[in-house]
Amino acid sequence: MTQQNVTTSESDDDSSTASPEPGSGIASNGTAEAETTTTRSVIESRNLDVYYGEERALQEIDIEIPAEKVTAIIGPSGCGKSTFLRCINRMNDLVDSARVEGELLFEGKNVYDADVDPVALRRRIGMVFQAPNPFPKSIYDNVAYGLRVQDDTENLDERVETALRRAALWDEVNDRLDESALDLSGGQQQRLCIARAIAPDPDVLLMDEPASALDPVATSQIEDLIEELAQDYTVVIVTHNMQQAARISDKTAVFLTGGELVEFDDTSVVFENPEHQRVEDYITGKFG
Amino acid sequence: MSSANAPDLTRDDGRTRREAVVRLVFFVCAVLSVLTTIGIVLTLLSDSVAFFAEVSPVQFLTGTSWSPANDPVNFGVLPLVTGTLVITIGAAAVALPIGLLTAIYLSEYASDRARSVLKPALEVLAGVPTVIYGYFALVYVTPALATIFPTIDTFNALSASLIVGIMIIPMVSSISEDAMSAVPDSLRNASYGLGATKFTVSTSVVVPASVSGIASSFILALSRAIGETMAVTIAAGNTPRLVDLTDPAGVFLNSIQTMTAAMVQLGASDVTGQSIAYKSLFAVGLTLFVITFAMNLVSEWIASRYREEYR
Repeated sequence: MTQQNVTTSESDDDSSTASPEPGSGIASNGTAEAETTTTRSVIESRNLDVYYGEERALQEIDIEIPAEKVTAIIGPSGCGKSTFLRCINRMNDLVDSARVEGELLFEGKNVYDADVDPVALRRRIGMVFQAPNPFPKSIYDNVAYGLRVQDDTENLDERVETALRRAALWDEVNDRLDESALDLSGGQQQRLCIARAIAPDPDVLLMDEPASALDPVATSQIEDLIEELAQDYTVVIVTHNMQQAARISDKTAVFLTGGELVEFDDTSVVFENPEHQRVEDYITGKFG
Repeated sequence: MSSANAPDLTRDDGRTRREAVVRLVFFVCAVLSVLTTIGIVLTLLSDSVAFFAEVSPVQFLTGTSWSPANDPVNFGVLPLVTGTLVITIGAAAVALPIGLLTAIYLSEYASDRARSVLKPALEVLAGVPTVIYGYFALVYVTPALATIFPTIDTFNALSASLIVGIMIIPMVSSISEDAMSAVPDSLRNASYGLGATKFTVSTSVVVPASVSGIASSFILALSRAIGETMAVTIAAGNTPRLVDLTDPAGVFLNSIQTMTAAMVQLGASDVTGQSIAYKSLFAVGLTLFVITFAMNLVSEWIASRYREEYR
């Protein structure tokens, strides 16, 4: 069911002319991890268009997102980066006016096929949102929520603890699991939301600007955590913070106004040697 | 430093006076309802005190027979209280579940189009005069019930409580729906994102997060059922009797009298202003007021308590 893809230089067909050897570029500048191995792609979109009513939010997006890497999606406000993220787990279904055309493959299966249940899909793909949104329940019940929803409550205590440990929150909350999650600080709440998302052990973790509402210390904790999580999960993170994308991601996709995917390559290539002038202008802060 | 160019900052006395007048008008309007409430409570209290000078409060509150105008006169309020209780229980059985499910449907399931039809329809239901509900119960509901329960009285508690229940559905659904709509979408998204179905989102996130509003809507609707007058007077009749709750058929299929219906009957009868029967009207009114007031307090308490917990 899965496809093997060489994804190191797959961004677009036309990219081969500009950077024939992206792998060597990484090795020479040494900022990114060695990433020249063959990687499987977990999520792949083909000719994906999204409309809100008459307005076209995404135009013919073709992208292959590699497994167990951090893929950052950056771009100015309104470029469709969150829309793309919400296509992956079909959260756009909840918007009445949204319409999706084209294909979005998750492990080779088009999630917009008629026989796909978005509920089943979302159980495989966790999501962390822009602002921390813990339920007004106890810390424990927040983390256990996904497992309970999925009727998967074997070893619940253990799995709640594992999720909290992986979210680097266990040491701060283990003596007060039954207290309200709303009593935690903003950064703790967001790590709780990450624990909640990973507790059911999804394959992919989608993050929609997960640190944008946090202070610098909490932000750097979240960033460390994302790098950790990428060892086991495929992480797709939307951010408008370019330094953040440069710090934590292996791959970077740049969306520009109008809902176009303009460039998609290894993060070091995108930031140091972008192929398109518009991307360079955006990254260097000339607009956006 | 003052020069010809200095701005004129002198107070305009005319404007200040106008502001004071406007302020007074607003204040009087705001105080009017408070004064009215105080006036009503004082009237209820003073006439009730006159009544309790002749009939002991213990006799009033524990007496099991109510016959204020006929010999032998009895001023036991319990038959009326239980009559009201029967109507309220029946109305609650209809209105609380249907109202709550309606609210969940409107808030979580309904498309914009369905909502745009249903909400005004519910408002119309809330706007129908209660006397029309009363005659509707008497003329249509009771005969329909008679096909199921042949022994049913022309005046009976069942049709009255059903109709009161239907009458208060909009109250439950609209206040509950407001509370549910106030639950932030971020919580719904979190739940959907974890693979919850719409039903799970509704029951495990939306309803718990809006429980204070839902509880308030229940209590306000029950207060309304307790205070409802016209429909129960018309449909349930005027038979003050202490109901036997172990015999539900006997309770619901026969005529009862509520506190409100007893007050209507007394007020419309030829008892005079000086008679004890007339004064008993105020004692019953005071009892009713105390009950609904207490329920409103409970509603406020629940709302504030859970607001703290959920912020």
